[in-house]
Amino acid sequence: MSVDRTSVSRPSVNRASVSRTGVTRGFTGRARVPNAGLPPGQYDAGDDWPVLSAEVTPQLAPEDWTLTVGGLVAEARTWTWDEAHALPSSVYRGDIHCVTGWSKFGVRFGGVSVDAFLDAARPSPGATHAVVHSYTGYTTNLPLADLTGGRAWIVWEYGDGPLPAEHGGPARLIVPHLYFWKSAKWVAGLRILDHDEPGFWELNGYHDRGDPWKEQRYSGD
Amino acid sequence: MTDPQTAGTFVPPARFAVPGRIVASNRAAALWQRATLTEIRRETPRAATFRFAVPGWTGHLPGQHLMLRLRAADGYTAQRHYSIASPPDDAGHIELTLDHVAGGEVSGWFHTVARPGDEIEVRGPLSGFFAWPGDRPALLIGAGSGVVPLISMVRHRRARALTVPLRLLVSARGPGDLIYAAEYGAETTPVFTRTAPEGAPVGRISAAQVAALLADGPEEGWEAYVCGSNAFAEHASRLLVAAGQPVDRIRIERFG
Ligand SMILES: Cc1cc2nc3c(=O)[nH]c(=O)nc-3n(C[C@H](O)[C@H](O)[C@H](O)COP(=O)(O)OP(=O)(O)OC[C@H]3O[C@@H](n4cnc5c(N)ncnc54)[C@H](O)[C@@H]3O)c2cc1C
Repeated sequence: MSVDRTSVSRPSVNRASVSRTGVTRGFTGRARVPNAGLPPGQYDAGDDWPVLSAEVTPQLAPEDWTLTVGGLVAEARTWTWDEAHALPSSVYRGDIHCVTGWSKFGVRFGGVSVDAFLDAARPSPGATHAVVHSYTGYTTNLPLADLTGGRAWIVWEYGDGPLPAEHGGPARLIVPHLYFWKSAKWVAGLRILDHDEPGFWELNGYHDRGDPWKEQRYSGD
Repeated sequence: MTDPQTAGTFVPPARFAVPGRIVASNRAAALWQRATLTEIRRETPRAATFRFAVPGWTGHLPGQHLMLRLRAADGYTAQRHYSIASPPDDAGHIELTLDHVAGGEVSGWFHTVARPGDEIEVRGPLSGFFAWPGDRPALLIGAGSGVVPLISMVRHRRARALTVPLRLLVSARGPGDLIYAAEYGAETTPVFTRTAPEGAPVGRISAAQVAALLADGPEEGWEAYVCGSNAFAEHASRLLVAAGQPVDRIRIERFG
């Protein structure tokens, strides 16, 4: 079953087939178009949008969805679907990157900037981090600096339509400058803290921050 | 749902399957190790098992996966996740079973180029979430190569002669596509979606089948592990929920 493609140009060598540089014998990779938008170790998923959640997809109706910002804030707040939609809308157009290796270019998400929610709840002085909670109980942690300044959104639209349930609908967080496990699906709320508190995947060996450009995949990267 | 007045002490609306139940080794997850291919075994026309010697492997739990990296001469690398098929006691060795994905960059290399002696790189084991240490009754449901992490559990239970209940429902297109067919015992029910042996039904895993396994389960209930394509994971997890399996006792591994 093995075909030695290299033997055409070079006699087959009968020794361990990785050179000191770690090159895999006979592996050239797919024809590659140079793409400056692709972080290290990622590939372009094209039209695919893989689903990678560890839990059962909740079937949550918009009218049953609320978003709460609580914890270390001046005024804990809960928004219903309609109340959240009444906030100034904001769109993200750009790329997303998943720790499992795929990136997706030029996607459009519609919703509201996380800033709008935080501005209303007013994090207390000393607040530094947030834990994002999902309706499934999934959690992920972020420094507040990664959630503010127009870099994170609560979204309910994907492309021209509603966000599909398996991708986090009716509403999810997106933090596109970090690996996508930080972009909690089925988002229920943000708990503001004055310290860092690892979430679900972070407790399961993933990196605490997850910057795709620094390839912060697993703890220790 | 959450009372705005008490939101200051934010209580999440649901609890998710015991996060961090098995904390992965952070050191092992960060370290790339050389793995030498020692053996290739054909399983089905589309799937083969690749056995590697990894002398520094720190061990894994059944159900865990690893990340694998191939490197081209120009420095380009491709990395993919693969579940570990072998049980933990296979010291210094790990086995992976790969489907040959049409046009697949990494699985294509394995199925058409790889031969014993080749070296690749791996890091892991990763994610303790889908792992089964052999402690609680386990109901395993897999399709296609989704059976890979589940066979590690079956092999572990057998190797250690564990008596904890375990059942495996495995879906394949036909008998010829059933990976590890010769290894299954009384714990396993194969389900064939396109062609089946004489007298056996053809079709997807049914609500009745899942309901029967739940009705027939141990008193403390099952830990359910579902693995396969996303479409399969959605189907199987919905059947489990409909049959009364608590959502926080369903773990899902989706291959994409
Ligand atoms: C946790 C986890 C565990 C997994 N465990 C297993 C396992 O045990 N066994 C297993 O077999 N798989 C497993 N997978 C899936 C595995 O990681 C790979 O996705 C799979 O092997 C395909 O990789 P590939 O490089 O061969 O294909 P890719 O090259 O990634 O291609 C995937 C698909 O995209 C198409 N494609 C994309 N770009 C192009 C292009 N430019 N040209 C042509 N075609 C293209 C291909 O035709 C193919 O259909 C697992 C995945 C996860 C997340």
